[in-house]
Amino acid sequence: MKPIVKLAFAVTLLTAALGARADEIQVAVAANFTAPMKEIAAVFEKETGHKIQAAYGATGKFYAQITNGAPFEALLSADDATPTKLVAEGAAVKGTQFTYAIGTLVLWSAKPGFVDDQGKVLAKGKFEKIAIANPKTAPYGAAAVEVLTGLKLLDQISPKFVTGENIAQTFQFVSTGNAELGFVALSQVMKDGKITDGSAWIVPGKLHEKIRQDAVILEKGKGKPAVIALMDYLKGDKAREIIKSFGYEF
Amino acid sequence: MFLTDTDLQSIWLTLRLASVVTLILFLVGTPVAWWLARTRSRWKGPIGAVVALPLVLPPSVLGFYLLVTMGPNGPVGQLTQALGIGLLPFTFWGLVVASVFYSFPFMVQPVQNAFEAVGERPLEVAATLRASPFDAFFTVALPLALPGFLTAGILTFAHTVGEFGVVLMIGGNIPGVTRVASVQIYDHVEAMEYSDAHRLAAVMLIFSFLVLLALYLWRPNPKNT
Repeated sequence: MKPIVKLAFAVTLLTAALGARADEIQVAVAANFTAPMKEIAAVFEKETGHKIQAAYGATGKFYAQITNGAPFEALLSADDATPTKLVAEGAAVKGTQFTYAIGTLVLWSAKPGFVDDQGKVLAKGKFEKIAIANPKTAPYGAAAVEVLTGLKLLDQISPKFVTGENIAQTFQFVSTGNAELGFVALSQVMKDGKITDGSAWIVPGKLHEKIRQDAVILEKGKGKPAVIALMDYLKGDKAREIIKSFGYEF
Repeated sequence: MFLTDTDLQSIWLTLRLASVVTLILFLVGTPVAWWLARTRSRWKGPIGAVVALPLVLPPSVLGFYLLVTMGPNGPVGQLTQALGIGLLPFTFWGLVVASVFYSFPFMVQPVQNAFEAVGERPLEVAATLRASPFDAFFTVALPLALPGFLTAGILTFAHTVGEFGVVLMIGGNIPGVTRVASVQIYDHVEAMEYSDAHRLAAVMLIFSFLVLLALYLWRPNPKNT
């Protein structure tokens, strides 16, 4: 063989080998976890060479897509019910479900000083519109309704509801000022352990059921080393530190 | 009952929205179409292009701009607040404004085509018979262009019924106010209520088909005219 042919042959083999090791992972991620996932993905990709293709959106929509053949290999859900359901229906791999984060609900306004740190603004009711995520489909929306029910304010406040399709749209309604305040995920307004702007009441965890967010490997990702590596990475210290800095618990 | 109360409410709201939008567009779209059909101005091209924009713009672009401009910090939002109307997003009238933009070309273009088909000649004849331009418009151009108006009205109505993206972005999904049928279907799908989604989706499918069928059956075949 001529040296140049040899070299070409070697390069081909090498790229083939690398290609086999560096896999692409298709993962569906709950909208509230967008910011931490981007940071985790960057670190994970750098360390492992795998590539993450993440889609962010409402968990209910992902459920519909997954059960209808979407190519996702893993789901980072906004709740624990959807992964459980997927496992029961055979669309997700048994024994791979775990809680990657526990979400915190926050009542937030883009205006400084609008929301007090006791949430008394709710009872005063001096606002036109309050944004919540669709309680039928979004766990943060359901938690918000639970909080208002517990405070006996639901009937009084529900006429002022504007409902976001998911928690990202809910945040968008509040951040553009179209709703004066709204119930969003702490992760959306927190960076490095601090609330970045506006005013907020971090809703005490005892006022609603824990927002347990579970991840699960889907049938399409079964046995794939890269997918398993990502799931393990989410349980590791580095990922947890990032997750924590956005206000999640474990 | 075949449909739930909230489904019926969303259908009723959708019909109300489409009717209001079609009426407004008859009033607003007709002068624009008339001008576009008859002008020799060099602005005809640019204005025509602006009118056609919603045909190609993603609804998300329109929705995003509307949300920002009609919000409390946007120019339109500040104007409506100064006028004491309050903010438009999440209201029925906010949807009306959005839909007027979104369905604009569906009204203007058929009417414009109809006016162009009428041509100069009948109006010139009317003028020689001492009809004022105003008279000529209402007694000559308008009746001759009537088929174009019917097409435009049906298309505008149907297109507004089929609206989804813009409503999702600025509606806030309020029952009876902004939760139109298309959004209600989306909600059913997201909530995994597939049988509800099926029922309402079937209603929409049959409605859309009937509207288009009426349009195609009614529209005279050009070969026979």
